[in-house]
Amino acid sequence: MAGNIELLSSVLAAAKAENRAALVGYLPAGFPTVDDGVRAVTAMLDGGCDVVEVGLPHSDPVLDGPVIQTADDIALRGGIRITDVIRTVKEAHEITGAPVLCMTYWNPVDAYGVERFAADLAAAGGAGCILPDLPVEESEAWRKAAEQHGLATVFVVAPSSRDERLAKITAAGSGFVYAASLMGVTGTRESVGNEAQELVRRTRAVTGLPVCVGLGVSNAAQATEVAAFADGVIVGSAFVKRLLDAPDLETGLAAVRALAGELAEGVRKRG
Amino acid sequence: MSSEFFVPDPEGQVPSAEGYFGAFGGKFIPEALVAAVDEVAAEYEKAKADPAFAAELNDLMVNYTGRPSALTEVPRFAEHAGGARVFLKREDLNHTGSHKINNVLGQALLTKRMGKTRVIAETGAGQHGVATATACALFGLECTIYMGEVDTQRQALNVARMRMLGAEVIAVKSGSRTLKDAINEAFRDWVANVDRTHYLFGTVAGPHPFPALVRDFHRVIGVEARRQILERAGRLPDAAVACVGGGSNAIGLFHAFLPDEGVRLIGCEPGGHGLATGEHAATLTAGTPGILHGSRSYVLQDEDGQITEPYSISAGLDYPGIGPEHSYLKDAGRAEYRAVTDDEAMQALRLLSRTEGIIPAIESAHALAGALEIGKELGQDGLVLVNLSGRGDKDMDTAARYFGLYDDEAGER
Repeated sequence: MAGNIELLSSVLAAAKAENRAALVGYLPAGFPTVDDGVRAVTAMLDGGCDVVEVGLPHSDPVLDGPVIQTADDIALRGGIRITDVIRTVKEAHEITGAPVLCMTYWNPVDAYGVERFAADLAAAGGAGCILPDLPVEESEAWRKAAEQHGLATVFVVAPSSRDERLAKITAAGSGFVYAASLMGVTGTRESVGNEAQELVRRTRAVTGLPVCVGLGVSNAAQATEVAAFADGVIVGSAFVKRLLDAPDLETGLAAVRALAGELAEGVRKRG
Repeated sequence: MSSEFFVPDPEGQVPSAEGYFGAFGGKFIPEALVAAVDEVAAEYEKAKADPAFAAELNDLMVNYTGRPSALTEVPRFAEHAGGARVFLKREDLNHTGSHKINNVLGQALLTKRMGKTRVIAETGAGQHGVATATACALFGLECTIYMGEVDTQRQALNVARMRMLGAEVIAVKSGSRTLKDAINEAFRDWVANVDRTHYLFGTVAGPHPFPALVRDFHRVIGVEARRQILERAGRLPDAAVACVGGGSNAIGLFHAFLPDEGVRLIGCEPGGHGLATGEHAATLTAGTPGILHGSRSYVLQDEDGQITEPYSISAGLDYPGIGPEHSYLKDAGRAEYRAVTDDEAMQALRLLSRTEGIIPAIESAHALAGALEIGKELGQDGLVLVNLSGRGDKDMDTAARYFGLYDDEAGER
């Protein structure tokens, strides 16, 4: 069974046709448990996300700030396995019909087996993968497997990426480009820096892929601000925080759904 | 002028342009760090070709570090090693008390050349942190050291030393709260502050070019030791022995002996409570290839690629990874690695203290324990060279508790 790269592209294209940015939500699998994690991912989509990224928790998340680290720890202490992450992708996609990507670090994929991971993710209905510590130079084996199984390979670009690297990275990527709004790890920020807009401009100059902006976006106003210059807005830590801060699961799920709704309005608003 | 003490790999063959030692190494880093890591590599290539860099580093090594370090024969200790002759390469006598200063001075000069004003570093036992704080004081650089919370407790003396030198020490509370987590946190800092910050990586792991760059700054250990033992013993040793955590002092000792096929290169890994207990940090003995902290090498991990929490009584060896060149040397059969338990290391620590009046670091005591066994295997005619990578002052609290040296505690005194 082929993966859902085409579904991902068509959902992003549909948002563009509506003259708005797409909303991409992130939550790690297994948080707070595998089954409740499926509910949380589904709640993001119910609330208004167009696309979701399911995190595969890693013991050493060097690109994540304290909020996602805490969620990863909870998932890992709960005994999350890669097969549980793939089940989360499968169930979230089956329930909602939405494009579901996986986001993780390279070592879990390498250990599971590159071909096996791509095959299983595609069979689960996954749309692609984001591997932020796999630079384009080391990515050939993954890209081959992803292409064969109909999965997108979403690369991250950063404000420090020079134009020639942007060209090289985006030429190898598919689905969309993940533009890091700032130099830093995941987490909510007071403001989205103006580095993001410049990076989107430079990225668009070298690729026709949609460019989605992540890192630091946590509320509707920021979503509106980013939506004015990007094809998509990616929000992660703010969703995790809703679940961490809630007194119980149902309250947390309601807060996730509500945040998705606010952000979905944000990406539709003209700033 | 050419430098006697800065002796990068003359072959220039290993690693490949992409940073690979055979199947190991590479550069698995986030895009945000690619430009910074490439800048370090480019600056290092320029520095290697610049006689002024070698001259400045040479001057520091002689007049600040105190190189060359001594080679000491330890006959009373060797009586317990099957009668083999044992020589210690005295990196413990360097300024700051370990081999770490060799790499730190080299990278501090690179930091200046790159025009960066802030240095961050990880530390396990605190030796790399102390050396880094020292170099930052010397060169007027801002300094932040990340150290696992567990390690700040068991190496409290070194925390005080770093703060005395003007460094900020941040206790890392994530994960296993040891060296691996300190490195994670340092990477997070680097991503956010890369414009003005150099990550002064402390071992021969990490993304290319760090494994080769850090090795080059430590090659002096083996270059000196090889010359010294030829002068003193009239021949090359049968075995060159070092402890391995990340592997910097071991690669520094081994590298000059790589072409000497008759010299066995033996790394002693932290066996903790014993391999069978699962409580150890013997990465090469018990690990499998994977990616940690930017390169492919042996790592301690489960079948899902989650890094498992290591354990060693020695904070400096308590690490689930290893430099990629060691993985290469292991698979190529050029170096061999064996595990030494906490207890074996502590007994060797006490033995050297009481037979030779030298208190070694617990890290280095792993190599000494290995040497006792290797000496017995070699027999009467054996000649063993051990890298005494650091001194044990920092470990006196751990040792005092282990042996019951405090007045209010019982123990095997």
